[in-house]
Amino acid sequence: MDPVFMAQTFVTLLDGIPLALQLVSIALAAGAVFAVALAFMRLYGGLALGSLARAYVFVFRGTPLLVQIFLIYYGLGQFEDVRASLLWPFLREPYWCAVLALMLNTAAYTSEIVRGGLQSVPFGQVEAARACGMSGILLFRRIVAPIALRQALPGYGNEVILMVKATSLASIITLMEITGLAHRLISETFRAIEIFVCAGAIYLIMNFAVTRAIKMVEHWLSPHLRDAPDDARATGRVAAISH
Amino acid sequence: MLSYWELMRWGDQGWADEMAYGALLTLAVSAQAFVLGLCFGTLAAFAKLSSSRAARAVADGYTTVLRGIPDLLVIYLLYFGGSGVVTSIAEALGHDGFVEINPFFTGALAVGIVSGAYSTEVIRGAYLAIARGEIEAAKSVGMSPFLMFRRILAPQILRYALPGLGNVWQLALKESALISVTGLVEILRQSVVGSGSTKQPFDFYMTAALAFLVLTTVTGWLFRRAEAWSMRGVRRD
Repeated sequence: MDPVFMAQTFVTLLDGIPLALQLVSIALAAGAVFAVALAFMRLYGGLALGSLARAYVFVFRGTPLLVQIFLIYYGLGQFEDVRASLLWPFLREPYWCAVLALMLNTAAYTSEIVRGGLQSVPFGQVEAARACGMSGILLFRRIVAPIALRQALPGYGNEVILMVKATSLASIITLMEITGLAHRLISETFRAIEIFVCAGAIYLIMNFAVTRAIKMVEHWLSPHLRDAPDDARATGRVAAISH
Repeated sequence: MLSYWELMRWGDQGWADEMAYGALLTLAVSAQAFVLGLCFGTLAAFAKLSSSRAARAVADGYTTVLRGIPDLLVIYLLYFGGSGVVTSIAEALGHDGFVEINPFFTGALAVGIVSGAYSTEVIRGAYLAIARGEIEAAKSVGMSPFLMFRRILAPQILRYALPGLGNVWQLALKESALISVTGLVEILRQSVVGSGSTKQPFDFYMTAALAFLVLTTVTGWLFRRAEAWSMRGVRRD
């Protein structure tokens, strides 16, 4: 392996990071909103809305992301109505097609994670909140949402990592993110192994950062599981002695 | 423009037979990838459980790296890198020009290496779920390690691992669509070819999506049946 070539490759590939981050953050943000809506439809939407959400999840989890990307990017252009519509300036762009496909895909997986989180809230907590006179949005905001979020977080972390990896598929519809740049370099130089090592390292670093960030949020959301800070523990001990 | 059913006719006039053949190839390449992944996963799981620090480090590196980088990169590495290696060997033996290796094999190997990283954790967990007493009993009646593996470990690992392996299979099946970038004419590549010559991409990609839905649903049901069968000796009360 040639260190000079590796360094050059690494710098070239760094140019792909902003695009990859854009794709993943827009898709995750929009996908999370959609996923919560799907989870609510499934849990509280009754038979019609519930089956609709169930069918959506079934279709999007049962087909490969690449097929979904092709269906949106190449497939929709087949229809005259779509090409004449107001959305065509967006659906013509590989960027917005990739964002849309990633968003629809992650929404299906995330909605199941959210549903699991909401269902894991112990009923006693809800009962206790009702006994204190909370209901509706207040009950959801103060009791259900924080518990559900904490339960769903580890699963959601895996989903974020899968999405970071999934941005590589955008390169197949001509977007020059990290894998796209790597592919172009490989076809120019045929030095697949060195380029693979550089691109792989970038993805590993990004995913490592994601895992750390999720760990931090998890820590922040579970104060009840942490040891009390030293001074609090000291006062506690004094209180215990004085009893 | 042809209607969908005219387009998807069986025989020379339509694309149904080509698409069906592509779906079979998708199934074949995913099945080979899954089996390769099981082999890698078993080896890596036992490396992770072994007392050798070096073996544990190698296995940890394998699962961390392969689960952290996109599968598409692995496919590119094996497809381009593998051909490069084979070409230089062929040149050393006096052959001229670029040698392409079989896309079926490279594709199955790439997806297999990735699914092996996921299988590792499933198999490791299944091994740890076996009651220690079973292993002690096998040793005490004088079974050799191989006999113990065949009679005691393997059947129970398979039982506990089946639900997780079902998920890995679904993953491998869907990842197999990425092999289309190497030119292997599985269902997605066949759809690209078909939409190129008919200008009806939606019909083709919709068919590919339906084929995947059928494959994932039917194989998912088969895995659930296999799970029920493998648990038939477990007392439930």
